[in-house]
Amino acid sequence: MTMSTITPLKDRDALSTWAADLKTERASGAPVVIRVSMGTCGIAAKTTPVLEALQSEIRSQQKESQIEIVQTGCMGLCHSEPTIEVYDRQTQQSIFYGNVKPEQAPTLIREESSQAFGVDVLTQNWYRPEETDADVETAQARIVLRNTGRIDPESIADYVGTQGYAALANVVTTMQPDEVTQTMIDAGLRGRGGGGFPTGVKWQFAAKQPAGEKYVICNADEGDPGAFMDRAVLEGDPHAVLEAMAISGFAIGAAQGVVYIRAEYPLAIERLELAIQQARDCGLLGTNILGSGFDFDIELKYGAGAFVCGEETALIHSIEGLRGEPIFKPPFPAVEGLWEKPTIVNNVETLANICAIMRRGAKWFRQIGTEKCPGTKVFALAGKVKRVGLVEVPMGTTLRDIIFGVGQGIANDRAFKAVQTGGPSGGCLKTEDLDTPIDYESLRALGSMMGSGGMIVMDEDDCMVNIAKYFLEFTLDESCGRCTPCRIGNKRLHEMLVKVCSGRADMRTLEKLRQLSDTIKDTSLCGLGQTSPNPVLSTLRQFRREYLDHVMNHKCTAGVCSALVRYDINERCVGCTLCARNCPVSCITGAPKEHHEIDQERCIKCGVCQQACKFHAVDKH
Amino acid sequence: MSTTCCERDTVIDDQPEARQTLDTYLDSLPLTDDSTRNRGFLIQSLHKAQDLFGYLPESVQLLVANKLGIHLSQVYGVISFYSFFSDTPSGEFRINVCTGTACFVKGAGKIVEEFTRLLGIDEGETTGDMRFSLGGLRCVGACSLAPVVMVNERVYGNVTPEMVPEILNDCE
Repeated sequence: MTMSTITPLKDRDALSTWAADLKTERASGAPVVIRVSMGTCGIAAKTTPVLEALQSEIRSQQKESQIEIVQTGCMGLCHSEPTIEVYDRQTQQSIFYGNVKPEQAPTLIREESSQAFGVDVLTQNWYRPEETDADVETAQARIVLRNTGRIDPESIADYVGTQGYAALANVVTTMQPDEVTQTMIDAGLRGRGGGGFPTGVKWQFAAKQPAGEKYVICNADEGDPGAFMDRAVLEGDPHAVLEAMAISGFAIGAAQGVVYIRAEYPLAIERLELAIQQARDCGLLGTNILGSGFDFDIELKYGAGAFVCGEETALIHSIEGLRGEPIFKPPFPAVEGLWEKPTIVNNVETLANICAIMRRGAKWFRQIGTEKCPGTKVFALAGKVKRVGLVEVPMGTTLRDIIFGVGQGIANDRAFKAVQTGGPSGGCLKTEDLDTPIDYESLRALGSMMGSGGMIVMDEDDCMVNIAKYFLEFTLDESCGRCTPCRIGNKRLHEMLVKVCSGRADMRTLEKLRQLSDTIKDTSLCGLGQTSPNPVLSTLRQFRREYLDHVMNHKCTAGVCSALVRYDINERCVGCTLCARNCPVSCITGAPKEHHEIDQERCIKCGVCQQACKFHAVDKH
Repeated sequence: MSTTCCERDTVIDDQPEARQTLDTYLDSLPLTDDSTRNRGFLIQSLHKAQDLFGYLPESVQLLVANKLGIHLSQVYGVISFYSFFSDTPSGEFRINVCTGTACFVKGAGKIVEEFTRLLGIDEGETTGDMRFSLGGLRCVGACSLAPVVMVNERVYGNVTPEMVPEILNDCE
């Protein structure tokens, strides 16, 4: 069987023969491969014209047999999109180019695997594939993202060619379900969705339930604002998720899997649908997989824009066509889940670890990361950092290594102020915390949490009170309204923060903020409510000075809270009238060539005068 | 809801082609006698219906409810819960500014203000000529391009207030 033909594989040998054929076919293929990063963000950064230019240039330089183009998922180098990788099959060397423009295509095609002059070359110490044992000098290690940005996600052959479905084949033909579960328990993989619950133990609960209808659910409802690793995996390596779901189905005795994916990810949905169809056509999903007698199929269910559906009981309700409201646990879904049957819910990133664990064993996995948290974690590094992107590092790496190492520090020469982890359930960490090795426990001890891995870096221009207010606005929008502490408590918290931001709060407000936060944490029904005050509590503790500045001195040091900001015109004013002409509320007066004045009563603090002034004559306090 | 049961809208009858497609889709679902299990198809059916009609007026909700054998109130309960569904028509160009954290710290608020100023509508509103709707959007996962604006399916990255008039011009 070649890359282009797909026929059902009847047993494990057929799969290995196909993989071997693909290897031979590849070795005799074009000597140079150009990988083009075509994830959602790559496409939004205008990668498609680059791809088209490269394709047409190959035709006009008649290099069809020399160069092959592969459209991959996200390479994680979001800071320099559009990015491409030029890989030489003979020397196995790669050059990564960033910020590629269509007009650079002729040079790139002409130079083939030699370095093209005039195109940005990116250092490649960001990447170490799972199979590299040699210690490469890099903070990153790729298990979850091993194929993302390396293979064509729309080709099952590409996946099979990189040991794809080998783990499933081995599991269904040579192992017993309890052996699979035991391997997972030994590996110590913990849920990457944020909770950190041991995956193997969760599987064991469901496996112990009497045989019958059971379900495996993949939680692809990535709702944390600022986290996009699940999208990258689904868009870049969808088969890895399907293979892992089939393995977990085998372990717990389920024949049906459901991927619950948010509707905001159309490209991921498209690639998943295609991957499911291909896997069915190859006999890797469906009845009697690889002649083992094991049946397993997967269907897609779409979310419809509700953050709370990331919580497993709410997610199950949503699949059942109900409002996505959480319910009290126990019973846990592993006992009573979808349609009241035993169900395991695993997050995308968790699943993306499973094939590697099954191929290489629990002992190998335990060598990576820390004792309590083996393996890696993917972080979506965003905000005010120079190299925004997807980062996969071993657990136990310090925040400093991530932000100042891989991320190369703060953009625009500003000073680091805080990093927010854990999304709306997490907290802010400051400079003193940068050297803590991160895992679930250490982040919790610092008053934040791992969450799904969003990491937003903030600089001195960000007001921490305002950030806490932002996250509460998010919670208010997303609270399902079922329990009172979350529905009403968060509303009251938000009102108090508005008071602080507008300079109308006193010291009692700060005390009330803390008390109410504690009450909401203790009494809310689900994880959303129980963690919603975290951004408030963590900023109150870590950045108390800023709160005090707002309350006591009516001052917002970062200059964000407009009610506490004041604009004044200094002696540098030459009376050019530009500010007065630009002011939207006409509150600046003064004759031409004379000093101008701002009417503070009418000023709306929009800052337009400061932006317009060419003489630095407008001060912001 | 905008209409009462006695004066139901006629959207479903005014668009026979869309109705035909929706009927075919609903008939293709592997429905059973078990209405609880049939409910599992509700959200995907509403996605399909909203794709076809642009929004979910009562007449469309009723059609879905009848096919799946569930109450109209249950359908409406789901529509009102999920932010993706709407029972009011939106403008020809749906402008959504991402409200994710990365976009927030990079100044999405200023972008919203600029759209509000130029279009003369607030977030969640539609212009009188039904051309533009302005709204917020949950993180699209393109945080490296923050702030992000989506107009229908098109994504704009690294948006500045100065780019807002250009984006509106693109909608012509």
